[in-house]
Amino acid sequence: MALKFPIFMDAQSTTPCDPRVVEAMLPYFTEKFGHPASRNHPFGWEAEGAVDAARQKLARLIGARDPKELVFTSGGTEAINLALKGAAEMYREKGNHIVTTVIEQRAGLDTCKRLERQGFEVTYLPVGPGGLVDVDEVRKAITNKTILVSVMFANNEIGTLQDIAGLGRLAKEKGVIFHTDATQAVGKVPVNVEALGVDLLSCTAHLMYGPKGVGALYVRRKGPRVRLAPMIDGGGHERGMRSGTLPVPLIVGFGRAAEICEEIMPEESARLATLRDRLQDLILSSVDEAFLNGDPERRLPQNLNISFAYVEGESVLMGLNRETALSSGSACTSATLEPSYVIAALGASTELAHSSIRFSLHRFNTEEEVEVVAKRTIEVVKRLRDMSPLYELAKEGVDLKSIQWKAE
Amino acid sequence: MAYSDKVVDHYNNPRNVGSFTKDTPGVGTGLVGAPECGDVMKLQIKVNLDTGVIEDARFKTFGCGSAIASSSLATEWLKGKTVDEAGKIKNTDIVNELRLPPVKIHCSVLAEDAIKAALADYRDKHGDALAGAEAPTASA
Repeated sequence: MALKFPIFMDAQSTTPCDPRVVEAMLPYFTEKFGHPASRNHPFGWEAEGAVDAARQKLARLIGARDPKELVFTSGGTEAINLALKGAAEMYREKGNHIVTTVIEQRAGLDTCKRLERQGFEVTYLPVGPGGLVDVDEVRKAITNKTILVSVMFANNEIGTLQDIAGLGRLAKEKGVIFHTDATQAVGKVPVNVEALGVDLLSCTAHLMYGPKGVGALYVRRKGPRVRLAPMIDGGGHERGMRSGTLPVPLIVGFGRAAEICEEIMPEESARLATLRDRLQDLILSSVDEAFLNGDPERRLPQNLNISFAYVEGESVLMGLNRETALSSGSACTSATLEPSYVIAALGASTELAHSSIRFSLHRFNTEEEVEVVAKRTIEVVKRLRDMSPLYELAKEGVDLKSIQWKAE
Repeated sequence: MAYSDKVVDHYNNPRNVGSFTKDTPGVGTGLVGAPECGDVMKLQIKVNLDTGVIEDARFKTFGCGSAIASSSLATEWLKGKTVDEAGKIKNTDIVNELRLPPVKIHCSVLAEDAIKAALADYRDKHGDALAGAEAPTASA
């Protein structure tokens, strides 16, 4: 098959919808448009049935005992907000302390920041060089005021997979609620809330080949029964935890996406890991001073994050962007104009955070695409190093730390 | 964010990339920015010691596409100017020429700083007298 440009390798920002997902959704825009809360006519029954079926498919993918434990939201961000704010408000009388990590997504971090302004105390735990949080550090951080531990399942930049089972056991032992932001993990790696002891889990459709605009929060009903204060009031949909008319076509797509992921996960994750390893080998074997970010073993199969010393990330992306879509932790590519706090948290220099490039593969990438992306990335990095004063100084044997830089 | 055609052109075909040996007579070197800020520019001028005119310029930049374009453009503008004229290049000239968006204005500021640093280094090494004496003639 002929290569089609640009090649998309930014699948941790979003994924294309699987055509089978779109196909499943289409009737629910036109013929089957009913409101799932309309209890008195076939249009409503049909919509409700479709939502229930989707809920079951998603429940099965994450190992939930009961599909009722899933609350549909507008996406991952809303699910995370509901988990943290909803639990904080509901359990405020029990305590005011939350334990999380410094590498959570902005939805997690910013929600915690807001809770701090409302009187909650939050411990942001550091991570090791591979991005892993130490379960013992979490144990030490828990006090008798702790109500919630929130640790992401898989990191969005470096793909590091946390010890969720260990954290789940700890949370149970300590009697605190355990939330995991699994937006990057669900559909990619096996997730089982029962086996892992997860009480709250956030996920989103658009990172697993489903549509944008729908996500879900798993809320445990048994052992313990977790209760949340709603963030959105209204008609009492979703067991009162999230009012608002359900977007039936999106939910149907989410369900179909979950079903496909479950069906092909073993084959797909092995294939993507092979492609990712190939990409990694091609690049690291031909570029000196290129560093793998994250844990080489415990990471998502489709994730590759490399810092190319002496070149700035946005300039690499600019050299590739007509052909390949990637992303960077460089300040110049972020809305905040700060370099990646995730790469910085690994203990790397800020300079290497500016130089990080994330390759994230998806279901429709091919080996040929991997070869082309590797080749072009290598060319662009070499070209930029030829015009990098830092590379020149390093090659002359100058220690860059010995120079008195004048920061703006 | 889309880049202006001029930024893309300078990025794809950077002018005057390279280095002069620092202690060659007539060469002034500026090195500005900081790696942890994501931008470092090295800009060099080679001045004709008889005329005070910048005969050649070189740059190397670690930074985003706009930083590369700003320094590439600066080297183009420096050539043929006297040392005093070169000191009048303003970051806003670069912003206008490259149509830099507000978030990229610091790239042009850094390029102006690099020009100033290269001129200062030249003056340190060769004295103000020469450049000062030649400037009025050249600009007349």
